[in-house]
Amino acid sequence: MTAPTRAAETDFEPVYHHYGPHRTGLPPLVPYFRQLWLRREFAAEMSRATMRSANTGTVFGQLWLVLNPLLLAGVYYLLVTIIRRQHDPTIFTHLTLGLFAFTMVTTAVSSGSTSVTSSGKLLINTAFPRLLIPLSAVRTAFFRFLPTIPVYLFFHVLFLRHSWSWTMLLSVYFLATMILFAMGLAAFVAALQVYFRDTSSFLPFVMRLWLYLSPVLWLPETIFNSDFPRWMLTLIQVNPMYSMLGGYSDAVQGLEVPAPYMWVSAAAWAVGAAVAGFLFFISREREFAVRLT
Amino acid sequence: MSSLSDSPETGPPLAVKVDDLSITYRTTFERKPTLRQALVRFGRGQRAVRTVEALRNVSFDIPIGTSLGIIGSNGAGKSTLMRAIAGILPPTSGSVEVWGKASTLLALGVGFNKNLSGRENIILGGLASGLSRREVEERADDVAEWTELGDFIDMPMRTYSSGMSARVGFSVAVHMKPDILMIDEALSTGDAKFREKANAKMAELRESARAMFLVSHGLGSIKEMCNEVIWLNKGELMMRGEPDAVVEEYMAFVKVKRSATTTEDI
Repeated sequence: MTAPTRAAETDFEPVYHHYGPHRTGLPPLVPYFRQLWLRREFAAEMSRATMRSANTGTVFGQLWLVLNPLLLAGVYYLLVTIIRRQHDPTIFTHLTLGLFAFTMVTTAVSSGSTSVTSSGKLLINTAFPRLLIPLSAVRTAFFRFLPTIPVYLFFHVLFLRHSWSWTMLLSVYFLATMILFAMGLAAFVAALQVYFRDTSSFLPFVMRLWLYLSPVLWLPETIFNSDFPRWMLTLIQVNPMYSMLGGYSDAVQGLEVPAPYMWVSAAAWAVGAAVAGFLFFISREREFAVRLT
Repeated sequence: MSSLSDSPETGPPLAVKVDDLSITYRTTFERKPTLRQALVRFGRGQRAVRTVEALRNVSFDIPIGTSLGIIGSNGAGKSTLMRAIAGILPPTSGSVEVWGKASTLLALGVGFNKNLSGRENIILGGLASGLSRREVEERADDVAEWTELGDFIDMPMRTYSSGMSARVGFSVAVHMKPDILMIDEALSTGDAKFREKANAKMAELRESARAMFLVSHGLGSIKEMCNEVIWLNKGELMMRGEPDAVVEEYMAFVKVKRSATTTEDI
């Protein structure tokens, strides 16, 4: 990207740019991320404008943000109740907690996937770190997640009245890993979408499968005490969401400090996804301008 | 680096220096590439990717105060050159040095999100091009005023006609205080009154901007507005010089080619 250096002593005070070939397909990363940081206001404004245009600011728009995941939780709870043949409010609170956080990640990824392809003109005509575009989608998803927190707390008060502990604060760490993970994944699918425009149509299936493999509709205890095949248990544990979402719900509902491996593996997944996703995105972003015409 | 805008050998300070610039990229000839198509094609052992050598070893430098016209037939690399100077398309080899902030007017840059209003697109365009929030807000009203769109400025851009979005695009480009103004076939849209207004604004900017680049097929406006012209053909720099001389050569070249093909046809 651009590397602003000291301006000459003229009344123009020009910004000096030098554009050279990228080594190993990547622009110099330090100036890239400096520019990214300098223009963070752009990502924020883009996310705000997107939310405005989706009527998020209106009363019913806000209500829908709460109603939509709530209805989803209702549907899944009905499903789980029929399968288990018993009604259990604790399961419901666990489900809402997990589902709200999981929805944040899937919203970030699915809106991230079309974010680059749908901002064609801006991309073709303006030089700026493209990574801002998927990151802006993640910001939008996070702000749509926020109104569901009081909803969850309402159920917590209702069904888990006596379960309050300082460990609930630890959930912030696991939420942060999920956001970072979503950023990496959103960047990855956003770049992939430029090459394969049907990526966003496959995503809902992948996301649905991922949801069933994650500890949202079921509790880890019940799975590991059952006679599930070994390979399936391994698959479930390899799932990044197992440690991120598992740690999250342990902290909020288990009222215990999540096991150390949960902390480590959640951080490893998040950082790994962010590094891989960002580098893939940045290495491809030169081609966006010519592929989106 | 003590005196940035002074070139070492020659006198005049430079605005842009393009050194042995080559740009090659791979793109697909499909309009909407999909995984499904790619798999079908892979089964047949074909690929839809082709390599485009948009620019080949182009070198030139532009002193401050130049209005440079860029001419050439379709696919000559004119837009690619503009994008390279704007920093949108980094070089494959060679380098581009720019002393100043380039504007964002290549194929009319704003209006990318049709669901947002003109004003919101103006703000986003400004922020993307690196202005601070305060600077953008200071200018947004001027930009909106200048477009003369009235109430339309706060309506979603999907309700705009192409001429109206062109106004917004042009207005953003000229109001964000660019050091280097780049105009790519900009004035082909818009009515006569707006075109006149735009021409006046461009003349004003030519005084204040450090350099101006004008890509156009209208050789008349090139002759009128530029004091230097470069002619690109199939990614190579054919000629650089006085507008009249270059345009004449270019016309001769195009005619020669045309007559050659017609004789072949016969």
